Amino acid sequence: MSNQHTHATSLPDHLNPRWYRIISSWEFMLLIVAIAIFIVNSFASPYFLDPWNLSDATFNFTEKALIAFAMALLIISGEIDLSVASIIALVSTAIGYAAQFGVSVPMLVLIGLAVGILCGAFNGLLVTMMGLPSIVVTIGTMSLFRGISYIVLGDKAFTSYPAELAYFGQGYVWWVITFELTLFAAAAVVFYVLLHKTSFGRAVTIIGNNSTGALYSGINVSRIKFILFLLTGLMSAIAAICLTSRLGSTRPSIAFGWELEVVTIVVLGGVNILGGSGTIIGVVIASFILGMVTFGFGLLNVPGIVMSIFVGLLLISVIALPRIWMKFSGTSH
Amino acid sequence: MKLLRKLLVATAVAAVMTTPAQAESKRIALVVKALGIGFFEAAAKGGEEAASEIGDVELIYTGPTDTTAEGQIEVINSLIAQKVDAIAVSANDQDALVPALKKAMQRGIKVISWDSGVAKDGRMLHLNPSSNPLIGNMIVKLAADHLPDGGDVAVLSASATATNQNIWIEEMNKVKDQYNGINVVATVYGDDLADKSYREAEGLMKSHPELKAIIAPTSVGIVAAAQAVSDAGKAGEINVTGLGLPSEMAGHIESGASKSFAIWNPIDLGYSAVMLANSLIEGAEAGPGAEIEMGRMGALTLDDNNEGAMADPFVYDASNINDFKDIF
Repeated sequence: MSNQHTHATSLPDHLNPRWYRIISSWEFMLLIVAIAIFIVNSFASPYFLDPWNLSDATFNFTEKALIAFAMALLIISGEIDLSVASIIALVSTAIGYAAQFGVSVPMLVLIGLAVGILCGAFNGLLVTMMGLPSIVVTIGTMSLFRGISYIVLGDKAFTSYPAELAYFGQGYVWWVITFELTLFAAAAVVFYVLLHKTSFGRAVTIIGNNSTGALYSGINVSRIKFILFLLTGLMSAIAAICLTSRLGSTRPSIAFGWELEVVTIVVLGGVNILGGSGTIIGVVIASFILGMVTFGFGLLNVPGIVMSIFVGLLLISVIALPRIWMKFSGTSH
Repeated sequence: MKLLRKLLVATAVAAVMTTPAQAESKRIALVVKALGIGFFEAAAKGGEEAASEIGDVELIYTGPTDTTAEGQIEVINSLIAQKVDAIAVSANDQDALVPALKKAMQRGIKVISWDSGVAKDGRMLHLNPSSNPLIGNMIVKLAADHLPDGGDVAVLSASATATNQNIWIEEMNKVKDQYNGINVVATVYGDDLADKSYREAEGLMKSHPELKAIIAPTSVGIVAAAQAVSDAGKAGEINVTGLGLPSEMAGHIESGASKSFAIWNPIDLGYSAVMLANSLIEGAEAGPGAEIEMGRMGALTLDDNNEGAMADPFVYDASNINDFKDIF
């Protein structure tokens, strides 16, 4: 842990010793849960500890986690974007439409990213310029973006993609390490630095804690929120490219319901749904937990509805536990 | 660090202890569009029947919670991980499942699709519940069965551009002369809307007073026509038949507005899918012209697309409607 404060000071800035802060942290508890799930899964199914199987299982969360990183920042700043799954649908439709005309893969990627950023900009403008609540705006654009896909596609599908596009969702960088997993790791590092090591990240947290206070401290609140919506649109577009590549087809129902799974990852990762606090490490561990739970249950052929119940219970206990913890330990953060 | 090492050792030991617990039996996965749908629960019943008939087969009935391709891919990935022997899938998306199913086949898993098909590259064969000629023949036969001396019949279809219905009616017209005295007097279109179908059925009764039967090869049209016949007090006089769902038609069978109708039998479909999967595991080769065994349902003959039709649509009437009306 080299990132600790090195300046000499006689007054400790925390009352509890460092080891205590670490083991009482949310991320540490998540890590314990993740390890527990890993062990239980290993015992429950003989197929779990197979490198290729585990590699396949990462597809259960990589695309959603890519969006979750940007969503985490957005939620920390006190906003939310429920249109992310619909952005996936629109981006995928745009790529599929372009692919019909024999557009090259780099151009398809650029088109996808551009559409995603435009969607994010649209959300961001409505929220920051018009001052509308983001939950209302993005419920609206959730219908709007997917609606456009339905108009373009109807009950048809785009299925003719260039073969090289398959690399994003089906390619391997090295051995069992997929391209998507590599992208996930890279995004985790980028967002870790952005949130925890830059003044931008600090501003995001401050806005989430006290938006008015942030404004009076000279932070351009609207601009930062607008950038966060752009970022969410961009990450949704990247996820859309991966998913389209993995499926090799686009239907308007693509990624239906993913916005809730993305928010689940973020909240499970310890990000305060009301804004103001959260870490990228938490989001990373939460992604692995959800991925392992769905894969482990899948191996045991547990019906999907039981999985949903389990994830629901996990989420409720995740939100309830810190409050119970605070009540009994008599401390507050 | 120490803790971590202990955990790793523990998991490694666990892995070694659990791996040899391999079952001897063949495992066949019946993957459906979504769990909790009556039609597929019935198919699973048929699958279980096939599994117990074969003996050493363990049936895995599974599917996502909602009808998405992504959900089905997660299910298929976990089945590949479990190294099942065969996957029989009713697909939510004929194209999106192809990469996942190709991977399954590369790893030695037999893959077939049933009910709702997968593109040719993603499966070894596809089982259609029935075929267009069989359906075309069945709908006119249903009317003729109750008209030994022939009579006027009319067709109430979906929309004029509905591909399936048009093909079935065309097939029906090819064979209708084999049925004694059956005279098709009109074809009208209810656009698969309940109220429009109802009005079209009323119109048929007015303009053709001698009408003896209405054939509606659509589940919306058949219900609306049966209702119109009942409301006109002509139940028992005009027989409404065609393709419908037992749950929606039970009341009209009871009232006599419809003597019988047809639709594929999901139990037979699930049974046949599992039987076909087992035949492939046992070494049957799928290819154009091949005949693949499917137990009590006979054999499936594959066409150039490696597709085959299971059987005639199954006929539902007063004798069996109660067994099926709660299923789908």
